[in-house]
Amino acid sequence: MQKIYPDAASALEGLLFDGMQICAGGFGLSGIPERLIDAIRDAGTKDLTIASNNAGIDGEGLGKLLRTRQVKKMISSYVGENKEFERQYLAGELEVEFCPQGTLAERCRAGGAGIPGFYTKTGVGTQVAEGKEHKDFDGQTYILERGIYADLCIIKGWKADKAGNLIFRKTARNFNQPMATAGKICVAEVEEIVETGSLDPDCIHLPGVYVKRLICGAPYDKKIEFRTVRERTAA
Amino acid sequence: MPWTRDDMAARAAKELKDGYYVNLGIGIPTLVANHVPEGIEVTLQSENGMLGIGPFPFEGDEDADLINAGKQTISELPSSSYFSSADSFAMIRGGHIDLTVLGAMEIAENGDIANWMIPGKMIKGMGGAMDLVAGVKKIIVVMEHTSKNGDPKFIPACTLPLTGKNVVDMIITDMCVFQRPDHDSPFKLIELAPGVTAEDVAAKTTAHYIA
Repeated sequence: MQKIYPDAASALEGLLFDGMQICAGGFGLSGIPERLIDAIRDAGTKDLTIASNNAGIDGEGLGKLLRTRQVKKMISSYVGENKEFERQYLAGELEVEFCPQGTLAERCRAGGAGIPGFYTKTGVGTQVAEGKEHKDFDGQTYILERGIYADLCIIKGWKADKAGNLIFRKTARNFNQPMATAGKICVAEVEEIVETGSLDPDCIHLPGVYVKRLICGAPYDKKIEFRTVRERTAA
Repeated sequence: MPWTRDDMAARAAKELKDGYYVNLGIGIPTLVANHVPEGIEVTLQSENGMLGIGPFPFEGDEDADLINAGKQTISELPSSSYFSSADSFAMIRGGHIDLTVLGAMEIAENGDIANWMIPGKMIKGMGGAMDLVAGVKKIIVVMEHTSKNGDPKFIPACTLPLTGKNVVDMIITDMCVFQRPDHDSPFKLIELAPGVTAEDVAAKTTAHYIA
């Protein structure tokens, strides 16, 4: 089976429809599937519900789909640093479901693992718990959270082989790994596609079963949100 | 003289123990890393998927794929490891992290914490704070004793939406330190910043505590 596509637009062909739900990997601007986001923007697919830890920043990442008003609802844990998001949200044009970061990660992991719901103590006694089933285990209260299983998952990896076995790089792994599993089909973009057999099978972060379509998105001009450095001083 | 931000971070660092795995929040809590006592080995966790956070990189070595939870560029250590967000919060929720230091807008006398939203104003989201206060073994809050308007922040009951209910173990402010031995006990004033009196603290605190 041929998993490699020439570009993001062809890799998404037949998968996009208005009102669909998408899981998008990344944390801040690290490890975001930017080629696939660009292709969704160009396709003009509307009324999207997107589960993503963040909503990008103005004009970067998912911020591009906010600017074109293609997003109906975000499921996120943190959406600061985004003026357009703020404007649409305060104007009531954009729906937001705030989800604690760990709960969001686990909802994707669970959804992708065939687990429709799970109990967690995160959020007990807060707004997050409102309307959710509460249950005590061993004297502690937990709330029921639902797994997420989207129509499409888009992720960014570092390298993949032609069989779709994929590895991430440093903290760019973040939500990409659980989100790759949390839907009907996952399309991955990577910086380099290598020959099958050249990645150590013991060191695969995402087995090829999850990656149905694959593109090489290089070259990447990776953005840094907050550049912090120390000086090289002589001792 | 009240404690500076750096003094507060240094005070929090005194709670570190050898072998601890620690998650530091954004702001003053991040400064705690600069005050790890000598002879103690502490591993810092970043909830976006890393154990063993190193210092900021040297200029020119910044890597967009290597950031902390505050989205700042960092470096790795020989002991570092990387993992997914799901694994990261499994170790947080599962009680494998010993200590977290975070900021707060309000703390209630029963240990409730509010630090993620102000209704009617911009809401940024809770990020990983709700998971951290629910899962980490010890929760230390570092915050200014009063708001910018001079209003007490350690109060009888939180007025803002909660991040966690009855979760805080220790509060370090620019004026003093409050601590409690368990989540059924009230907080006790255990330490004062130089030049600050117990009366000064009482005048700027509406929460009930053991003086």
